[in-house]
Amino acid sequence: MSTVTPPLPYRVAETRTETADTRSLELVPAGRELPPFAPGQYAMIYAFGVGEVPISVSALHGPYGGLVHTVRAVGAVSTALHDLRPGDTVGLRGPFGTGWDLDAAVGQDVLVIAGGIGLAPLRPVVHAVLDRPDAYGRLGILVGTRTPGDLIYQEDVERWRGRAEVGVTVDRPGPGWQGPVGVVTTLLDAFALRSDRTHALVCGPEVMMRHTARALMGRGLAAQRVQVSLERNMRCATGHCGHCQLGPLLVCRDGPVVGYDRVERLLAVREL
Amino acid sequence: MTELPPPLDLLPLVQRERLLAVGLDVSFPAGTRLFDEGGEADRFWLLRSGEVALDICVPGRQPEALIETLGAGQLLGWSWICPPYRWHLGARTVTPVEATEFPATDVLALCAADPELGYALMRRFIEVVAGRLQATRIRLLDLYAPHGSGPP
Ligand SMILES: Cc1cc2nc3c(=O)[nH]c(=O)nc-3n(C[C@H](O)[C@H](O)[C@H](O)COP(=O)(O)OP(=O)(O)OC[C@H]3O[C@@H](n4cnc5c(N)ncnc54)[C@H](O)[C@@H]3O)c2cc1C
Repeated sequence: MSTVTPPLPYRVAETRTETADTRSLELVPAGRELPPFAPGQYAMIYAFGVGEVPISVSALHGPYGGLVHTVRAVGAVSTALHDLRPGDTVGLRGPFGTGWDLDAAVGQDVLVIAGGIGLAPLRPVVHAVLDRPDAYGRLGILVGTRTPGDLIYQEDVERWRGRAEVGVTVDRPGPGWQGPVGVVTTLLDAFALRSDRTHALVCGPEVMMRHTARALMGRGLAAQRVQVSLERNMRCATGHCGHCQLGPLLVCRDGPVVGYDRVERLLAVREL
Repeated sequence: MTELPPPLDLLPLVQRERLLAVGLDVSFPAGTRLFDEGGEADRFWLLRSGEVALDICVPGRQPEALIETLGAGQLLGWSWICPPYRWHLGARTVTPVEATEFPATDVLALCAADPELGYALMRRFIEVVAGRLQATRIRLLDLYAPHGSGPP
């Protein structure tokens, strides 16, 4: 049985500004190291004196060999993490949660669909698939953001264009934007989805994930072929406190990544 | 050729052929104004490649406010189906576009002569319009804004 262990000190090796409110941090162990993370798993990151929040791993190995996390400043703790500088220290617990089930997708097309900061937990999936191109079929990467300036990992996305079918759409185009405008599901029309051999991995705001899952199912993809990453408020990360309960699931332990067939009905229920 | 991208590929084969018989293959360079808001809505297009921007005039705002883009595999134009048969939005090609163009009078005549085709086609268009309505509702939520789904 998992227990709550004290956080290990990690040092910020590098920070990278992604957008106006989002930054990536590469963290290296200041002493003992946590076990390896898998794509889709998250760490509890403790900003000393402020608090601890769950943040997904957004790259398994940064330039310094450390874990990369991408943080959007939305409240006290995430702002404290966002504002960290190289050399600062945080406390880290993990790895926690279920990762993306990439084994299920071996030999099949992988379709990554992200909304906003939801691209962060999916970036390690893109890395994993691009590292083993022979193991998978086509790779589709569809991203929706609010404005062109809100797209995280812009350089990565440009690089991926040569090796995957990439689409980026925005809700509000700025001057000079030449790309698609509209919700992310509109990009599905340009992706020739093979419903019998595709696994879709979806992460974004919950409404976006439900809408996307339904659009995929409308195109013949079975709910079992759709994985979503849930974002419920969580505290202990070890299935003890019940903070993140969703029906029979404790998102911190049974999630965050779950098959849509398991949560379809739970997500539509109010105040569960 | 009876191949049609979604959403028309689901029409039964015979009807697909009949519909395609009235379609014209067209191409437009980037920056072509396809129609203006308020103009007579007398046709629709099935986009095969390229990107089209839908826009609306807002006083004092230049260029027009861009609402949404449509691309390969999508239907452009449904204002020809219902009164007042005027375009609700304007449309301009963002990139070179290849499409099949369907004149509304021909298609409506086909539908009148073959109600089964009319029914199947209207169902496809309802699906398209419902999809766009749903997408619009979702964009109204401004989900990616901080606290996008509402105040905390
Ligand atoms: C498994 C998991 C992985 C996550 N991965 C990332 C990540 O990679 N990058 C990242 O920036 N964030 C991620 N989050 C969200 C992050 O944990 C929250 O933004 C953070 O907890 C907010 O804490 P705060 O003290 O900064 O803000 P608070 O003051 O606690 O909250 C500020 C605002 O954010 C809202 N909020 C808080 N937590 C969440 C949440 N979990 N989901 C949606 N809204 C929330 C609150 O309702 C409030 O409106 C993840 C969450 C989970 C559960």
